[in-house]
Amino acid sequence: MPEVQLRKKFTAVEEIFHEGGPVSSVPLRRAASLAVIHNPFAGKYVEDIAGFMDDLKPLGLEMARALVAALGGDGKTVEGYGKGAIVGAAGELEHGALWHVPGGYAMREVLGDAKAIVASTKKVGGPGTRLDVPITHINASYVRSHFDSMEIGLADAPRADEILLALVMTTGPRVHARVGGLRASEIKGEDGLR
Amino acid sequence: MKARIRKLVTFVEETRTEMGRTVDPPTLRAAAVAVIENPCAGKYVEDLAALMTIGEELGELLTRRAVAALGMPATSVESYGKAAAVGENGEIEHAAAILHPKLGAPVRRVLGKGAALIPSSKKRGGMGVVLDIPLGHKDAAFVRSHFDGMEVRVNDAPRANEIVVAVAVTDSGRPLARVGGLTKDQIKGEDGLR
Repeated sequence: MPEVQLRKKFTAVEEIFHEGGPVSSVPLRRAASLAVIHNPFAGKYVEDIAGFMDDLKPLGLEMARALVAALGGDGKTVEGYGKGAIVGAAGELEHGALWHVPGGYAMREVLGDAKAIVASTKKVGGPGTRLDVPITHINASYVRSHFDSMEIGLADAPRADEILLALVMTTGPRVHARVGGLRASEIKGEDGLR
Repeated sequence: MKARIRKLVTFVEETRTEMGRTVDPPTLRAAAVAVIENPCAGKYVEDLAALMTIGEELGELLTRRAVAALGMPATSVESYGKAAAVGENGEIEHAAAILHPKLGAPVRRVLGKGAALIPSSKKRGGMGVVLDIPLGHKDAAFVRSHFDGMEVRVNDAPRANEIVVAVAVTDSGRPLARVGGLTKDQIKGEDGLR
């Protein structure tokens, strides 16, 4: 399989103090790590692409570690995560699906024993395309306070023969979460759902 | 702190290749962005001193955050820029009050030097409006390799009564600068121009 050719990395960190309501004693932090890589399958139909998932593993780990560092360095503070990909015009949606395994397992590995499936989304688009990366609790997908999202994108990516890969982590619930549902304090932590 | 900050966001961009050529060392750019309440929104206010004070505070806060995001000493910063976007209930003059009278001095204090004008841009807009922060060499505005720009946007800001304020710093000029002009090793550093 081809090696991963990285054009650019990008990190965004949001620190949210309030959204019109009471100022939170602990600000919510959201971070996104983006990587723009060459799409080795661009411009043609390639049947056998799955091996590229292994090639992406080191990049996934690098991005997951960068996220923990961007959020202060302690993986225990991370409560939510998500991932996404934007495939350039000469690629297909399936190329974005290559990110599920290396992106998701990298975050689980770095965070220890995260149990929940990593929420994800993907699309094909041009430079400047925005992606709303979904976020859920790392141990129980049904925790309602942690349903969140973070918009990501880059003005100059993905070019036609590129893929923009994204990982996102958060440190807590929405800043004014108050619509009930399963709470983080009620997680059983057995099945990754509740 | 006079500024009522809703959220702080940092962005870091690291370019490894450009048009297939390795950029070695990679070029780094970082921006720190504050979303603040506009104390003068919704009415005509003659005296904008409150916004000038906020500009002074944000000059220090955002420069410190941007330099920290860059991950290197403040003395390594080569170029800088600033920008603001005012929500729909404010005036462009509010952006000017934040950016121009008092924001620059703390930026230069944090960086140690900064003989050159800090390039700036401003606009009024809705949530998600894009700010193109102009960049120029901090000690000599005519250094052609460092004429650049960095795009930032925060999808949920500015709301009508908010202002988005940004400071950007870099450790270098454009990735593969090659259009001549004054180079950084020719800087005299006396007048801020050459």
